[in-house]
Amino acid sequence: MNEVLSGCAYFGIALSLIAYWIGYRLNQRFKLMIVNPMLISMLLIIGFLLLFNVDYETYDYGAKYITYFLTPATICLAVPLYKQLQVLKKNLGAIIAGVLTGCIVHALIVAGLAVLFQLDGILAVSVLPKSVTTAIAMGVSSEVGGIEAITVVGVCMAGLMGAILSPVILKLFRITEPAAQGLAIGTASHALGTSKACEMGELQAAMSSLAIVVTGILTVIVVPIVSKYLFTILT
Amino acid sequence: MKYIFQLGFICFLSFIAELLHEVIPLPVPASVYGLVLLFLLLCLKVVKVEQIETVSGFFISAMPIFFISPSVSLITSFGAMKGSVLSLIVIIVISTVFTLGLTGVVTQFVMKRRGNHSKEDA
Repeated sequence: MNEVLSGCAYFGIALSLIAYWIGYRLNQRFKLMIVNPMLISMLLIIGFLLLFNVDYETYDYGAKYITYFLTPATICLAVPLYKQLQVLKKNLGAIIAGVLTGCIVHALIVAGLAVLFQLDGILAVSVLPKSVTTAIAMGVSSEVGGIEAITVVGVCMAGLMGAILSPVILKLFRITEPAAQGLAIGTASHALGTSKACEMGELQAAMSSLAIVVTGILTVIVVPIVSKYLFTILT
Repeated sequence: MKYIFQLGFICFLSFIAELLHEVIPLPVPASVYGLVLLFLLLCLKVVKVEQIETVSGFFISAMPIFFISPSVSLITSFGAMKGSVLSLIVIIVISTVFTLGLTGVVTQFVMKRRGNHSKEDA
């Protein structure tokens, strides 16, 4: 199977798109956050490859062409950010204070627990950028020597937690200000969490999508610094 | 044909972003350079939102599809994760809860202190 498929570029492309489409349909049908299209497509493809004994390289021979669009897609996030310029300007101080806290707290907790559990350095730095949108997290992860796939799974888990549990967490920490709710969700759980923020209200949605980009940019600065120390401690 | 212009422009920006990534020796992904660049171009009114809206909207809505392959590459790192799965899960759960909570607490605190009430319940 592997040999026949290794020359077919459209095998990986078709498999990715069909798996995503199935995930999308299931998501429409069940309306549950946990039934996330990307998560389902990932599980379906992994299952398929294991079942038919196909190498990841064979799959990625074609699928990598889809991945090339990640850079332009991330660049396009500038458009929603620009649309929220007024919200950004009005709350600049609070946004920077909140997001900066989020980035630093996140990095310290991950680093602290990684040291506590004596986790492998490579695994630790792979999880470090997980609270930002996948495109940026993957870029940062590969820049600091992490394993991209583990980063992606971390990003998905953070996003799903935000989408499912954010109302409970907000209540627990007594966060009632709509703008603060949105910012917290976006900072901790990127676009997936933002889908929950959109249900909560317009201001939450705007702040949450704003936080995705601001956190993404700050993570680019914070993560390389922390991962340098982590590598010296853990390896 | 307007799609060709939009696509061409966004791909050209991606190229400039890659170029910056090659030239500047910082651990910053090319996409972040591009994002900042496009944001500046929009702020300076060099580019108008309407000029790129269709294709950028498509790219953003299709974004999850572009990470499928990287996430499938998980099957190549089963070995590296062996024995650390539980620690990884605990780290992810705890860090997400506290990041969300503390970010909210600090933002709310700053907003209340500056009297910047945005309390028109949305």
